[in-house]
Amino acid sequence: MSTTVATPSPQAGDSVGMSYLDTPARKFVTIYLPLIVFLIVLLFPFYWMAITSVKPDSELLSRTGNPFWVIAPTLAHFDKLLFRTAYPEWMWNTVFVSVVATAFSLAASVFAAYAIERLRFRGSKHVGLSIFLAYLVPPSILFIPLAAVVFKLGLFDTRWALILTYPTFLIPFCTWLLMGYFRSIPFELEECALIDGATRWQILTKIVLPLAVPGLISAGIFAFTLSWNEFIYALTFISSSEIKTLPVGVVTELVEGDVYHWGPLMAGALLGSLPVAFIYSFFVEYYVSGLTGSVKE
Amino acid sequence: MTFLDKLQNNRNALGMLFMLPATLLLVLFLTYPLGLGVWLGFTDTKVGRDGVWIGLENYEYLWGDAVTRLALFNTLFYTFVASVFKFVLGLWLALLLNRNIRFKTFFRAVILLPYIVPTALSAIAFWWIYDAQFSIISWMLVKMGLIDRYIDFLGEPWNARLSVIAANIWRGVPFVAITLLAGLQTISPSYYEASAIDGATRWQQFRHVTLPLLTPIIAVVMTFSVLFTFTDFQLIYVITRGGPLNATHLMATLSFQRAISGGALGEGAAISIAMVPFLLAAIMFSYFGLQRRAWQQGGQDK
Repeated sequence: MSTTVATPSPQAGDSVGMSYLDTPARKFVTIYLPLIVFLIVLLFPFYWMAITSVKPDSELLSRTGNPFWVIAPTLAHFDKLLFRTAYPEWMWNTVFVSVVATAFSLAASVFAAYAIERLRFRGSKHVGLSIFLAYLVPPSILFIPLAAVVFKLGLFDTRWALILTYPTFLIPFCTWLLMGYFRSIPFELEECALIDGATRWQILTKIVLPLAVPGLISAGIFAFTLSWNEFIYALTFISSSEIKTLPVGVVTELVEGDVYHWGPLMAGALLGSLPVAFIYSFFVEYYVSGLTGSVKE
Repeated sequence: MTFLDKLQNNRNALGMLFMLPATLLLVLFLTYPLGLGVWLGFTDTKVGRDGVWIGLENYEYLWGDAVTRLALFNTLFYTFVASVFKFVLGLWLALLLNRNIRFKTFFRAVILLPYIVPTALSAIAFWWIYDAQFSIISWMLVKMGLIDRYIDFLGEPWNARLSVIAANIWRGVPFVAITLLAGLQTISPSYYEASAIDGATRWQQFRHVTLPLLTPIIAVVMTFSVLFTFTDFQLIYVITRGGPLNATHLMATLSFQRAISGGALGEGAAISIAMVPFLLAAIMFSYFGLQRRAWQQGGQDK
């Protein structure tokens, strides 16, 4: 959008008009100062995680000295985490479950979104609406009866319990997002292809999907982080330590009795956050468009 | 024509086929459990034992149960306070990011971090930040001379409530800010030019241009925000487990405690189902209360 125009700010009531009239000092106080405060508050917990994870216990549990810095950094907490806990297994489980659930949900969603948006079979409008409603069902209402279903199916305490239940929130989300992308592809392209004798399958794989690649990436990235971050299903459906996912493993297994080992806990939190942050940093734009697309009608 | 060709030319048949994987999964793991949950709420099912129909007994018991009432109050308080703060701070942040600033892309990317990182893990960081003996917040306040004793963040009922609300706000502001920023960017600059020429102040521009044009997206964003805050589970489970003395129990954590830890599946399911009317009311309120404009424009069916 144009940058020459003043966008309004709620706190200023005295000046009329355009932002180029703002003095640098005024701009600093009304824009950069609040922004920097926001940034510090939003990022501080991550800094705190990182600095705690390399502090030796003697520094962690002392009230003297400057807690914001570390004098003798140590990798002991990471060592304990990686070689004396099941942490690597949790990491692997999370990767496995997230990748499989995402791939499966994405495939099912492509077909569903294409059918709703482009095949427009009888009743597709209602199906589209029910997909949206399914997206609004929160896991914390569903997990108790779902636990009963998982148990009946003999999936309790297996990775399949998660791979099959994560799509309950991934498919509605991905379908909703992809419907928006498919809608933006001109009908004429498909009509031309139909006239030229292309089958529906050819249209889907050779025209629609290549054009919807940004949408597929958005949906994929978003679904992957949603599965990576999932907590309540993994907490409820899994009880064996070696198949727990990372967030659940860190929360339930690293806390031993009343003694909190803050070093390994923070190291675990940091290492568990890095993969999603890393992927996110490469696909910021796709992620943001997924986020804003998900609340768009 | 082979059967496959015929299928490819029949929109309804092909549509059904394409919908099959998604439908099967959602019916088995979403619709059916939802119905099962309603039924479980009317039974005395325990883990490992099928229950019998007991009508409204679960709900009658829960209505008289002080802990459940406290959890309901906590949930409403948590949702209301956190949503108000998330809205105000999120809108403010969005307006700041919408200005002509340096490093805009960088700011926007970094600000979303609290939202994309696993909540359970950032909640552990908050647990440590709120530690009674080594809290960094207490340390800073003591050094500044504002307090003389370390604050017991998670040991006092009201401290604990406000602490978990602060953590929830921290996590939710980026979502609100980034989605509202997307809404702000769709507002045409010519409105601001026209109002500036007419002598509108910054506040008047905000009040009479930005806010009305932003209302539809605010409605949707806040609906989602309220929905996720009301059903929050992770933050509470990790930071306080509902303590001290059930002071921070939300409906979701209470239902987990009763159904999974305590084994009373029927009672837990009843608590979950009891959340639904509140959720619907919140959705209706933010959706219809704020959305009139989009509703009118949304008539264009394709």
